[in-house]
Amino acid sequence: MGRIQLKQVKKSFGDVTVIPPLDLTIEDGEFTVFVGPSGCGKSTLLRLIAGLEDTTDGVIEIDGKDATMLPPAKRSLAMVFQSYALYPHMSVRKNIAFPMKMAGMDKAEQDKRIASAAKALNLTDYLDRRPGQLSGGQRQRVAIGRAIVREPAAFLFDEPLSNLDAALRVGMRMEISELHKKLDTTMIYVTHDQVEAMTMADKIVVLHAGVIEQVGSPLELYRNPRNKFVAGFIGSPRMNFIEGPEAAKHDAQTIGIRPEHIEVSTTEGLWQGRVGVAEHLGSDTFIHVHGVPGCDPMTVRVGGEIPVHHGDTVFLNPNLDHLHRFDAKGLRIQ
Amino acid sequence: MARAVKTQRKAINTALAWAVGLLIFFPILWTILTSFKTEAQAISDPPVFLFFDWTLENYAVVQERSNYMRFLWNSVIIAGGSTILGTIIAIPAAWSMAFVPSKRTKDILLWMLSTKMLPAVGVLYPIYLLFIKLGWLDSRVGLIIVLMLINLPIIVWMLYTYFREIPGEILEAARMDGASLREEILYVLTPMAVPGIASTILLNIILAWNEPFWTLNLTAAKAAPLTAFIASYSSPEGLFYAKLSAASVMAIAPILIMGWFSQKQLVRGLTFGAVK
Repeated sequence: MGRIQLKQVKKSFGDVTVIPPLDLTIEDGEFTVFVGPSGCGKSTLLRLIAGLEDTTDGVIEIDGKDATMLPPAKRSLAMVFQSYALYPHMSVRKNIAFPMKMAGMDKAEQDKRIASAAKALNLTDYLDRRPGQLSGGQRQRVAIGRAIVREPAAFLFDEPLSNLDAALRVGMRMEISELHKKLDTTMIYVTHDQVEAMTMADKIVVLHAGVIEQVGSPLELYRNPRNKFVAGFIGSPRMNFIEGPEAAKHDAQTIGIRPEHIEVSTTEGLWQGRVGVAEHLGSDTFIHVHGVPGCDPMTVRVGGEIPVHHGDTVFLNPNLDHLHRFDAKGLRIQ
Repeated sequence: MARAVKTQRKAINTALAWAVGLLIFFPILWTILTSFKTEAQAISDPPVFLFFDWTLENYAVVQERSNYMRFLWNSVIIAGGSTILGTIIAIPAAWSMAFVPSKRTKDILLWMLSTKMLPAVGVLYPIYLLFIKLGWLDSRVGLIIVLMLINLPIIVWMLYTYFREIPGEILEAARMDGASLREEILYVLTPMAVPGIASTILLNIILAWNEPFWTLNLTAAKAAPLTAFIASYSSPEGLFYAKLSAASVMAIAPILIMGWFSQKQLVRGLTFGAVK
């Protein structure tokens, strides 16, 4: 079980309120990702759930029980830190055993769980090494191993992949997703990387300045962003925003169109512009087009390889079914 | 050319370092030499440096006249006891200051250190009276407690400096793993801080070992440590420099040997935070 409910949870440091009163429910077994730019309060929110920070106000319930005043040790949550936070003076085996030792579990059961976690995480050959003798990816696995052996109600991940190199990150991302499928335990995952959020989450919570901007499945957020912030944050490359007369034609202050929803033509189209930079990735081509009124530059994504170069004139046709409209406050117009 | 200048500078620095080192060590060297002279040679003018009749007589006399082992044992108990007690009290104190600092933590640290600036004699009277009341005069327990209190600010400060170097996330991880505060300090913080704790302990043993004021004023015979042993040879019955020197050498030898073997730890302890 691992249903976590935040009711009017608030956090201030002195006079500075980092999280104004906020409500959120995380269902049992759900993979929830907190995403937002740095300083948006996502890590603080995770630490409040963990019990590493005290709430200023409000109630945190875990499986229906008030956990607001419980120390971290009593919440039956496990956490994986960005810096891994392994115990440097203990072997991998002892690191993984530590939470079980604290729980007073018997030795035979401890050994059984260490063996199975080590096998699942490819750590069997490294059990007697110290963390200092491991690579970054291996250390991250030890941190995960330490979290899974105690079979917590929920896992908390605080930007666990940001210290890894790009290739390793993709691999670990999939490992964590698979782990979630296998364990079927609630996971809360904090990241500033919207790709991680989109690929891993059942539910994404977009945070901005301590406020929840939108909660929903990855595709809900992609298709129906509630406001300009979410529209701009979710999706890569970023959504194009167009202001001025073009937006007025659609009765909106701002209109948004994603790069993948624009067609490129060399002969005719709604908008005309000049190619600034064309990025040829092979699978895709990203074209940055200058000169479109109300949006400079406009980014276009075309599948495959097309022969456009710096200085070429191109015509752009937005797919109007995928047009997003926003009012003066930046809120979505249905 | 540049290399020549560099070598020259290095030579000058080395010579200077040796000169300063010898200057600091000279009194100890002189004491050691004097302890092997006869009383007449010890006060001869001009002083003799190396060419005198080396003798062990002073050591024999000192050994005969006083019970060295009893003083030594008192020193070991008092220095060791006050350091262990101080460390046990200081670890949680330093933990709270390093990991859950409040607005006043810096002030408290400075206030603690400021007690070291108070002339000890200023509190001799009240402490002496307290000792009479508690029946602690000339007792090892009393001295252990007084020396522990005297050195506590230094122990807390040193441990605080070490603990601040330990990433807080590791302690948070221990908390998430179900460790109580006691377990967190015992299984995670202390083992990680072993080098720091070791040098703190070493330094404090030395400080307590050499502490003359309280050990002399609060003891008579039973609990007297090696400081009192030395003092007993600077007697009004006349100046016996050679015997006084022999007693001094016997008093400082154990701590000197300990210090020699743990130089690395000591240097690290004393320069921690100052150099990376």
